[in-house]
Parts: sequence; structure tokens; C-alpha cells
Amino acid sequence: MIDLSLVGDGGLGWLDGSGPESHLILSTRVRLARNLDGRPFPGRSRDEDREALLSRIRSAAAETRAMANAQLFRLAELPRLDRQILHERRLVSKELAAPESAAPPRPGTGVLLGDALAVLVNEEDHVRLQAVSSGLALPAAWGLVGGLDAELGQRLAFAFHPEFGYLTSCPTNVGTGLRASILIHLPGLVLTKEINKVLQSLVQVGLTFRGLYGEGSEVVGNFFQLSNQTTLGKSEAELLDQLAKIVREVVGYEERAREVLLRDAPGVIEDKVWRAYGLLRHARRLGFEEAMNLLSGVRLGVGLGLLPDVGMYALNRLLIFTQPAHVAATAGAGMELAEDELPVRRADQVRQVLDEEAGRRRPPT
Amino acid sequence: MKCGQCGEAEAVIHLTQVVEGDPKSVGLCEACAAEKGIQTPGAMAETPLGGFLTALWEAAEAGSEVRVPTGRCAGCGATFADFRETGRLGCAGCWHTFEPALRVLLRRYHGSTHHLGRRHLGPGAAPVADTEALARDLRDQLRLAVESEQFELAAELRDRLKDLA
Repeated sequence: MIDLSLVGDGGLGWLDGSGPESHLILSTRVRLARNLDGRPFPGRSRDEDREALLSRIRSAAAETRAMANAQLFRLAELPRLDRQILHERRLVSKELAAPESAAPPRPGTGVLLGDALAVLVNEEDHVRLQAVSSGLALPAAWGLVGGLDAELGQRLAFAFHPEFGYLTSCPTNVGTGLRASILIHLPGLVLTKEINKVLQSLVQVGLTFRGLYGEGSEVVGNFFQLSNQTTLGKSEAELLDQLAKIVREVVGYEERAREVLLRDAPGVIEDKVWRAYGLLRHARRLGFEEAMNLLSGVRLGVGLGLLPDVGMYALNRLLIFTQPAHVAATAGAGMELAEDELPVRRADQVRQVLDEEAGRRRPPT
Repeated sequence: MKCGQCGEAEAVIHLTQVVEGDPKSVGLCEACAAEKGIQTPGAMAETPLGGFLTALWEAAEAGSEVRVPTGRCAGCGATFADFRETGRLGCAGCWHTFEPALRVLLRRYHGSTHHLGRRHLGPGAAPVADTEALARDLRDQLRLAVESEQFELAAELRDRLKDLA
């Protein structure tokens, strides 16, 4: 398995559930797209252009406070399992990690990982700076990524147009280059069938929603990523304020939906969350989607104070560690793990975590 | 598999929802999924990129606001047709080469063509506090808006400047 021991918390510091609203919101991610002047964008660049850019970015980043001790991972040199692990940890986009492709990514693609900060090199744009924080923490994530941008901007000539702002490969990112997204768990709105109404209203106010893994991904386990759709015409602060305001409204809707569920069908909800917990605690085979949906039920139970034996941190970790590459890596089997072996290993690992968690939270008398 | 909603078209998306604690899967066709406000993977993959921009561009062309730019970017050799195909520009120079056409797209997609916010000062420049930079930027934009007689925008910019102070 890829050695992430030199990266703070293995790049998973945001899992600790310490941030505001972390009973509903797993993480806040803010990313900035930047390109250097006078070089072709990665889509039109040659191998040597990308290699030269990677060296340039690496040396500039090494001079910054935030990334002085960052670790560089060259994606073209990583086996598929490792690339998939980086993707499952949400440190590297699907486009850059190419987790489903046996062919390695193009030369010059890389990611620099620092504490809570990552710099993706030669993805769609020359660089994507991203920060991930626990809970609803837009100012914290923006502070990190904005600080790094300011430091890099003193060392690198970014492509900047006086009217259009920071120039990007795709016009949907131009201007601020800022995309902020909130990963939020909304089972109450799904159960009360209010979710589509809420999602549609988000689109009307200029936000988009996606599944767990970003663009083009399906919604699993009632997790939604809410983010700003436009990047031009509003300042960074205005974009972040607007997102925060709407996310707080969505949090309010979800909490009200949960109150309704507890008021109108307390017995049914209690039974469902305990069933989800029981299945996770005892099942011998678990598919990925099934595990995600059961974890969603357990998370709801924990949020409602119905399940005493499990903490948010353990649930957040399970969310990451029940994904295919993590299951395979934890089992020590690499990608050769037979397909029907994965559900068995996943169930083993989930049982072990939940057993330990129950023992820890309820010490023997 | 047929769509679980209309029973007619082929299902293109499988929606798994936890209904009363039980994961339930339903297959939906593109139209029924859209009705429920769910983007299908196909629509999602295209939405922010090529397909969406192409549709915007075609709408703009139909309104005869603009012509398709001809010629190549001097920086990277890309044509506007390359952009329409991939949804991506070849280099920063493309933004200058295809500026009029891109301005139309930006107005339609973002509702604006004016960047507000952080400005890149280049290597060696002294860092400026964010509020100060934003105020200076807003004043620049306000002057441009007044000069180009975009009074609605000017009023909005004036309000934002007031909020900053």
C-alpha cells in the first residue's frame, strides 16, 4: 500500500469530525484552478512540457510555508491500487488518478500532499490547489488555500486576464477559479421525500449537487456534494458566503425532517437504524453500495442519539475504508483480491471496527 | 431494463435510496430522472463541459449574436472547433484569440464577464489585503460599467462597495 505516513493524518485529518455541523457535514473542500502564462494547458501539452511544469511547481511549492514539507507522488509511477487509494481518500480527482484504467496516467501528472493541503499538477489545469477541512468550515479551508495561492502567486506568473480573471482550461472555472464543496449527509430529506424539492431549489440559486466522488458520480449512502456552479462575477468571499448561507438552510431542512421522522414514526426509525447497525455488526458479506447505505442508516441513528455504541469518527473512517482499494489494501492482497473475496473482507473489517468501537465505548464492568 | 417510473423508455440510471431504512433500487429513464431533478451520469458528464458549452454556443449562434471564430491560436495552434469538441481551451492565448466568442459564453454561463475578487499581481509584487484588493477591483469595475453605460451593473457595484466600507 502507498506510504502516506509522512503526510499529516494520511491526508485524512478532515475525518476527525471536529468541525462545525459535523453531525451532518463531513467535509468542506475549497479548490482554486490556476495556470501558468505562456505554456500550453495540460490537454494540449507534450510529455516534456508537463514534466517541466511539474518541476517548476514543485520548486515553487517547496519555498512556501504551507508546502515546504509536502510529499510528491508522481501518478504515472504509481500502481493502480495506490492511485485508487488516493482517489478514495478524495486527495486526487478521478481524472488525475484514473483509478479504473490499467494504463498509467500521463507523464508529469502529480500531486503534492501537505497537511490538509494538496496541489494537483497537470490535471485539467496546470495546478489545482485544494484544502479539505472537517465539517462546515469554509473560512478555514479558504484560509489555507488562499494563503498558498498568495505565496505561489509571488513566485509564479499565473495566466490572468484583466477582465476575465484567472484563465482556466474550461470556461466554467474562469474568474476566481474557485470551487467550494460541502459533503453533506441528508437521509432525513431522502426519507421524507423532500430531497428533490431541496435539490431543485439549489440549482435555481446557482449551486450544483453531485454524488460522493464529484462530477458524474452517483449519489450513494445519501451523501451529497453541494458546490457553487459559477466562478466569475462574484468575489471569492461572496461565493463562499452564498454557499455557506444556503448550506445552513439545507442543514435546517434536514434537522426539521429528522424531527418529523422522530415525531411521526419513532418506532419505525429506531427499528431501521438498529437493523442497519445489526447487519453491519454481523453480516459476513457486504457489497460497497450496501455498506454505504447501511452506514447511512447507522449515521442517522448516531445523529438522532439512538445508537450509543459507535462514534462519528469511526463512521467517517468506515466510509473511507470500506471502499474497494482500501478493503484490498487493508487485507494486504493488492488488486489480485478476487472479486467475490472483496465483500467478505469488507464485512470482516467492518465487524472488527464496530466490535472495537463497542468495546471501547462500553468497557466491561 | 425499462424505466420504473414510466415503464416505457430504457432505464439509464439506477437510483438507490434508503426508504424507511431499506435500500431500494429503481431504474429511471433520462426524462423521468430529469423530472425528479436527478442528473443522469451522461448528462452530468457533459453538463459543465463540452456538451453544455456547445449547446450554449449553438443558442448564441441561432440568436446571431456572434460568428464562429476562424483561425488558429498563435500560442498553441488550437482552433475554435477543437474547443467545441473538447470543451477545453489549449492555452491562455486561446482566451485572447477567441475572446469575442468566449465573452458570449461567459455571459450566458456565469451571467457576467467581469472577474471580481483576487487579482494576480505577478512574481515579486507586494501582497495586498483581500478587502483592499476587492475595493480597488470594484472601483475599476464600476468605472468600466459607467463608461460602457451598464447602469444596472454600476448600481450593483456601488452597493457592494458600500457594503465593504
